[in-house]
Amino acid sequence: MKLVLATAALALAAGAATAQDVIRMGTEGAYPPYNFIDDSGEVAGFERELGDELCARAGLTCEWVTTDWDSIIPNLVSGNYDTIIAGMSITDEREEVIDFTQDYYPPTESAYVAASEEVDVLSGVVSAQTATIQAGHVAESGAALLEFATPEETVAAVRDGEADAVFADYDYLLPLVEASGGELMFVGERVPLGGGVGMGLRESDAALRDQFDAAITSMKEDGTLNALLVEWFGEQVGTY
Amino acid sequence: MFAYCSDPQVLDGLAWLSCYLTTGKHMAIYWAVGTVLLLLAITGPAALLFGFGGAVAARSPVAPLSWLGRGYIAIVRGVPDIAFFLFFVIALDQGLEYLRHLALCPDWDQPVRQGSDFLVCPQAKLPLSSAPQWQHEVYGFALAVLTFAIVFGAFAANVLHGAMRAVPRAQIETAEAYGMTPRQTFRRIVVPQMWIYALPGLGNLWMVLVKATPLLFLLGVEDIVYWARELGGTKTPQFTDYPHGDWRMWYFLALLVFYLGLTRVSEIGLERLMIRLSRGQATLGGAAQGGVR
Repeated sequence: MKLVLATAALALAAGAATAQDVIRMGTEGAYPPYNFIDDSGEVAGFERELGDELCARAGLTCEWVTTDWDSIIPNLVSGNYDTIIAGMSITDEREEVIDFTQDYYPPTESAYVAASEEVDVLSGVVSAQTATIQAGHVAESGAALLEFATPEETVAAVRDGEADAVFADYDYLLPLVEASGGELMFVGERVPLGGGVGMGLRESDAALRDQFDAAITSMKEDGTLNALLVEWFGEQVGTY
Repeated sequence: MFAYCSDPQVLDGLAWLSCYLTTGKHMAIYWAVGTVLLLLAITGPAALLFGFGGAVAARSPVAPLSWLGRGYIAIVRGVPDIAFFLFFVIALDQGLEYLRHLALCPDWDQPVRQGSDFLVCPQAKLPLSSAPQWQHEVYGFALAVLTFAIVFGAFAANVLHGAMRAVPRAQIETAEAYGMTPRQTFRRIVVPQMWIYALPGLGNLWMVLVKATPLLFLLGVEDIVYWARELGGTKTPQFTDYPHGDWRMWYFLALLVFYLGLTRVSEIGLERLMIRLSRGQATLGGAAQGGVR
């Protein structure tokens, strides 16, 4: 009880000191190039640069927070942070629970990666991250779905031979395939999924969503968003 | 960290390792070790306090107090730790925010629950969303300590309750014969003598608590398990100066050694405490020391 009181007192004292609004940006920190933790322990990646620029344009002070992918939506709706900016594709199922800004990354393609060319991705064991559009797609494809909490584990499962292939965003897999020295390769067809990547906000936060929407529009208009996309994802990336 | 770390690509062997192990990201896991030790240092005594309170309440002659103590022990002991952790922390956080909301924003006219959103007025948020990140972390940590203390306190209460009843009846009768009040008997005879009966149970609890600290991860505190998984994962050269393969096994091995060391130190400490508490007790251990003649 003492601890609770002490914490409450602390929070009250802090409230008196600073009145300025801080927008807390929730991300996963495990999904390069979208977002990851760099060597110095800071959140980095495409979304870090994008988010900082959006906050600057909207005149907001932003703070970065990392959380598990599993609980990223529940933590948003219970108010632990104010936005989700974590490579999250806009889908109808998610729209029922939260709101999205317009997309800042065009509809993405997902791809299969395996350790050998012969793998049949439609009947084998395919790993995907829990609660992603990829996991949903694999479940419907007829393959056996093997779910993991982090993107890293889905790829590790293919390396260990636990899964025949992994199904994830093409942009996430590309650097891994390039760095694997031939151990991993793309197999099967690429699949377009989702309605692009946008920022997630609480449904009751319409004003904040409009602010970010306007900032994204302005970045699309002056070409800075395209430049950022090419910088992080390479020339072949879809732009606006 | 070191001057020669500016270009890790040209390094190898120990020089590379020394740079790798001192990146800002690795500092986070060293901090996390401190967090675990701090959690144990605070939770141990706090759980004992909860346990003592629970045991005293359970044996109280006042019926409602006794029900409260027994109810606390029965409910918390009966619910799986993980379920309790997941439920209690969210419920406690939202409960506190709701109370603050009622107190601070009496004029607020919108419902607190809108669909799946939990919305209190901005002044009622805990901590305030304008608070710096460290306050959010301290708050999360405090919630974790409280939850651990409540869960382990229930087990400690049960152990202490049993220990209080194990104090030989003859000791208490003698105290009564000397004309001590029940309160005096409890303070002077029961409490000093019960520890020797409680220690094996409390020692077990301590070991379980040490091993339960990775549950911190469930509570959103980035603990050593989180960092071991994050640091051990495959790192590609595009996003780090220190690319490496899947090293999770080595990181988890380090965790294993850490916990083994921690429990070993605890065992030695508990053994010493046992010897100390046995002195002058009417038990086999006490008699072996020549405490009872």
